[in-house]
Amino acid sequence: MDAIATIQPKAMRDTLLLSLYEAMLRDNDIFLVTADFGSPVMDKIRADVPQQVVNVGIAEQNLINVSAGLALEGFKVFAYAIAPFITMRCYEQIRVNLALLSEVRPMNVNLIGVGAGYSYVVSGPTHQCYEDLTVMRAFPNMRIYSPADQVAAAELPGRCLSSDGPKYLRLDAQVLPVLYSEEPPIFANGFHEHRNGGAVCLLATGYMVHTALKVADRLMASGISVGVIDLFDICGFSEDLLQSVLSSYRGIVTMEEGFRGRGGMDAMMFDYIVRRGLDLRMLNIGVEGGYRFELGERHVLHEHVGIGVERVTEKVRGLMKSLSA
Amino acid sequence: MMNMLQFEAGVLEKLNAKAHWVWRETLKIHRQSQETRVASSLSAVEIFVTLYYGGFLRFDPANPLWELRDRCIISKGHGSLCMYPILADLGYFSVTELEKVCKEGSFLGGIPDPVIPGYETINGSLGHGAGVGAGMALGLKRKGRNQSVYVVTGDGELHEGSNWEAFMFAGQHRLDNLTVLVDNNHISMLGPTDEIISHRSLIRKFDAFGWFAIEVADGHSVAAIAKALQDCRREASGKPSAIIVNTRKGNGVPGLQDAPLSHVAAIKPDLIDQLIGER
Repeated sequence: MDAIATIQPKAMRDTLLLSLYEAMLRDNDIFLVTADFGSPVMDKIRADVPQQVVNVGIAEQNLINVSAGLALEGFKVFAYAIAPFITMRCYEQIRVNLALLSEVRPMNVNLIGVGAGYSYVVSGPTHQCYEDLTVMRAFPNMRIYSPADQVAAAELPGRCLSSDGPKYLRLDAQVLPVLYSEEPPIFANGFHEHRNGGAVCLLATGYMVHTALKVADRLMASGISVGVIDLFDICGFSEDLLQSVLSSYRGIVTMEEGFRGRGGMDAMMFDYIVRRGLDLRMLNIGVEGGYRFELGERHVLHEHVGIGVERVTEKVRGLMKSLSA
Repeated sequence: MMNMLQFEAGVLEKLNAKAHWVWRETLKIHRQSQETRVASSLSAVEIFVTLYYGGFLRFDPANPLWELRDRCIISKGHGSLCMYPILADLGYFSVTELEKVCKEGSFLGGIPDPVIPGYETINGSLGHGAGVGAGMALGLKRKGRNQSVYVVTGDGELHEGSNWEAFMFAGQHRLDNLTVLVDNNHISMLGPTDEIISHRSLIRKFDAFGWFAIEVADGHSVAAIAKALQDCRREASGKPSAIIVNTRKGNGVPGLQDAPLSHVAAIKPDLIDQLIGER
């Protein structure tokens, strides 16, 4: 914990872009394309390696197409924009020029989407993003990384540069507590087990890992132990290893900052459990009640839509009761 | 660079003969595969013949992804059936493949994909070529390479807004290694383009976007297309080029040529036999 305490909290995008910046200084074939979206680290990149950067303006369709063209010319491309816009504004461009074309041409294009879930709290539903896991996992060859903290986010450029294909990097826009020490999670596994024990395991991604840890703390205060897993490689985690970890549990709770029952992480885990024949009761935590326009702090909004600490704790208790019945 | 006098003296006849051969072969493919979009392919014959046989593109059929090739993106995927005989003739694949278009096991579909040797990108879904081409052109420039990128679009395709994002981008970044040829056959799927969303003056639009733009009055004249391509090379320094090639949809086929619904029309096999016999 001491090592974690010494890390200054930063936004995921800043640690990720800093890693990318260092890689760009070493490798002229890395290209950063932005849809007029910045950050202080982006300013540094633009100043120091201008030949490897281009701003396409507020034009996400062209962001994807230009990125595809650069990738076809051998560049390793990072495209950078706000999460709902880089996924849904240009969905067909991603399908045709990244997902389809990368099946027949070597291409390395990595979409960095900032603003997962409710992280743009006061900007309302246009800038919030509760559908991206659903729509991006529909592509059979899309790798999705959903880190829960800045340390994991900083690891992503290295991961992305080491393998071709289309990838979506789903970043929170807020500065979140640090979960990992200088020793980052093992990406080859695709998940990290933060807590273990008890009958139920909370399987969360992104911001919801922090909620899961708070829920676990609350339950522990009343003597109930639960497991907590951070799933950050949504489509590429080690299925065998996860099965081994889950074998000690009787129930699993999926936790995502996206619409419940709409094909996101809940559907993915349902498929996994059925396909593997696991004997697990499953509870899905996700946004309920459709689009909302209320303003408020993120944790308050989360309670409104059923994914806040209070509501989740209550639901997990319910699951435990049904398991012991 | 092509010598114009030499071109006029000898190559023009060869190009015209080749265009006629491609026109016939395109009809023959359509005869056996009636579901193909033949009308928009017939409007583009001379554009592709000029690019591929006129000395404007550097390419190597034995090595389709040769690094020193010029890139040619065929954004109007439906309307490039005429590319199949061209690519076969150039040696990208066997001419016997032309008998299998749209048949089980063939790689030559109704809409071409990059599994076909000679095709750079995915086609069919419209409005993608210009942006991908702009990205390739930017990449080539940033690497200090002198290859060029050509993109062939249709006029109906230009209703897709993604094109205009790409045109703004290419003008801003002065991508003078990028040339867009618009097969301006004036007809979209459900009728004349002007009656759907008129482009008014494409020349003025491209000019306003920072492009060097010229028009070819007769898009079935290989000499006129070749001259336009030469003019672009000579005069478009510091700007991307657009060539508005005025063509006829269904060119040379009575009943199909310029018909408002020609895009989805098929030509009866008897008429194809008659046309091939006549010309």
